[in-house]
Amino acid sequence: MKSNIRALYFLPYVLWILLFVVVPILLIIYYSFFNIEGTFSFENYEKFFTPVYLKMALSSFWYAFLITAFSLLIAYPTALLLTKTKHKQLWLLLIILPMWINLLLKAYAFLGIFGTYGIANHFLELIGVGAKQILFTDFSFVFVSVYIFVPFMILPIFNALEKLNPTLVDAAKDLGASPWITFRRVIFPLTLDGVKSGCQAVFIPALSLFMITRLIAGNRVITLGTAIEQHFLVTQNWGMGATIAVFLIIAMVIIMFLTGNRK
Amino acid sequence: MNNKTIIRFEQVTKKYDDDLPVLDNVSFEIERGKFYTLLGPSGCGKTTILRLIAGFTEPTSGTIYFNGKNINHVTPNKRQVNTVFQDYALFPHLNVFENVAFGLRIKKMKKDIIEQKVKDALRFVNLSGYEQRNIQEMSGGQRQRVAIARAIVNEPEVLLLDEPLSALDLKLRTEMQYELRELQRRLGITFIFVTHDQEEALAMSDEIFVLNKGKIQQSGTPKDIYDEPVNRFVADFIGESNIVAGKMIQDYLVEFVGKQFECVDKGFAPNEDVEVVIRPEDLEITTPEKGKLKVYVDSQLFRGVHYEICCYDKDGNEWLVHSTKKAEVGDEIGLYFEPEAIHVMRLEENSRIGVADEK
Repeated sequence: MKSNIRALYFLPYVLWILLFVVVPILLIIYYSFFNIEGTFSFENYEKFFTPVYLKMALSSFWYAFLITAFSLLIAYPTALLLTKTKHKQLWLLLIILPMWINLLLKAYAFLGIFGTYGIANHFLELIGVGAKQILFTDFSFVFVSVYIFVPFMILPIFNALEKLNPTLVDAAKDLGASPWITFRRVIFPLTLDGVKSGCQAVFIPALSLFMITRLIAGNRVITLGTAIEQHFLVTQNWGMGATIAVFLIIAMVIIMFLTGNRK
Repeated sequence: MNNKTIIRFEQVTKKYDDDLPVLDNVSFEIERGKFYTLLGPSGCGKTTILRLIAGFTEPTSGTIYFNGKNINHVTPNKRQVNTVFQDYALFPHLNVFENVAFGLRIKKMKKDIIEQKVKDALRFVNLSGYEQRNIQEMSGGQRQRVAIARAIVNEPEVLLLDEPLSALDLKLRTEMQYELRELQRRLGITFIFVTHDQEEALAMSDEIFVLNKGKIQQSGTPKDIYDEPVNRFVADFIGESNIVAGKMIQDYLVEFVGKQFECVDKGFAPNEDVEVVIRPEDLEITTPEKGKLKVYVDSQLFRGVHYEICCYDKDGNEWLVHSTKKAEVGDEIGLYFEPEAIHVMRLEENSRIGVADEK
């Protein structure tokens, strides 16, 4: 009787996983075996291993890597600084706040800022550099992506730093470590788990970005995410879109394994 | 200052955020090769002194000298001291060997020298063969030893120990007390040990500083402090005491509970109000006629080595007696004591205690 009730509690979760995770993945795999005419074939998989798609995959990984790397470079010092400020909860809130704003809104805001007559160009003219094409470049794409992903990187690192026993830092100094060595030998290794979860939280979504690529990078940056969108919405080649999605899912699982905490 | 002095505090004050000072104008000297204990209740400033010596914090005013040099602004990594922390602060991501080798690696020593030194240090604390263990696999007592090995392997001139025994159980704690004392003798370096446990302090130290409210109340050998507490706080904190109000009639004569007694104290003003301390173990049970004090037995506890007998005199003063002889509750008994058992203390507001005044 009791175990029946327990199973009942489980039901919503199981339903959710089935309907929104398992079934869609199976559907994607199913669709990936049909070509544009609707006949069963491995055509899509063959096509994926052609230079066009491989290059796309490579550039997706490259941009996701850049975005993750820059996010980490910005987030770690920020998190470190945050743990040392007096009103850290308030500062943290201010950093998290942009996460609550819709992604589209933020992207559109950057269209205004980076546009030909935007604030950024005004500033460049003011300091004598002169107006530049900022929008639809690699730079603006990475910049906006990093802006959007940085909070996801700061949070886990901040939590890891907060959990770090401060006497360990004292102990390192006591044993003769300079601030840099203390960081390298004690602080960083002990917050590595936070860094890993941060990288996971940034790299995986960055791999499948499509909306920002469209809005901010124009058609200069074509990632796997954009390709999927194109195939589903424009060329109506669901099979090819699904195939790319399969590879994305495989890539994500591999990354989860690589950055997971095996303890 | 003589050349045995290694650390000197000169009028050191430490304040956090305009509050009451944690340390209030403290001056003292630490000599080479001795075992010192900073003893006091929590919040008395003992850990602050340790942190000042280690360099984790800077004095608000005053100067700290190490080997005659002002070290106020020297960072902890440049000081010739090492610390054994209260929670040991062992690096959880490194094994025992790497924890002990941490300081040596920073000094960029040769591999074979590091290996030799770590081995020696671990042997010193009886942990040979534990090199490759994870910290998580070590017991509390073993972690304690790793922490000590990690500190002494750097051959510091002064070893600071911040309540290192407080996390251990009673038996292990007593064992470690012997071991630490022995370790200090073998190494011949200065130990500064912080504790709130008076028994620990009495058992281990060459010299004790008793602290309260940011001031040094008394300093001296364990025997000095136990036998001649300078004020009520020290008398109360170091062991159990009977403290009553009294009056110093003249040198070697003190009056309390309405009677005059011969004593060994002098140097007070005639008829100066004082407080009188008699330790419970200095009181001897006898017949009412033979006793210097007449008291009634109120209650009695068997403590193993002795009976703890609580008595009251006719004025209502409580007298605690430690005696191997049993008493009967309700009986009238006499208490006898030698003149040496009486310790006369100045009233606290009249006393300006501190090591600086002694020198």
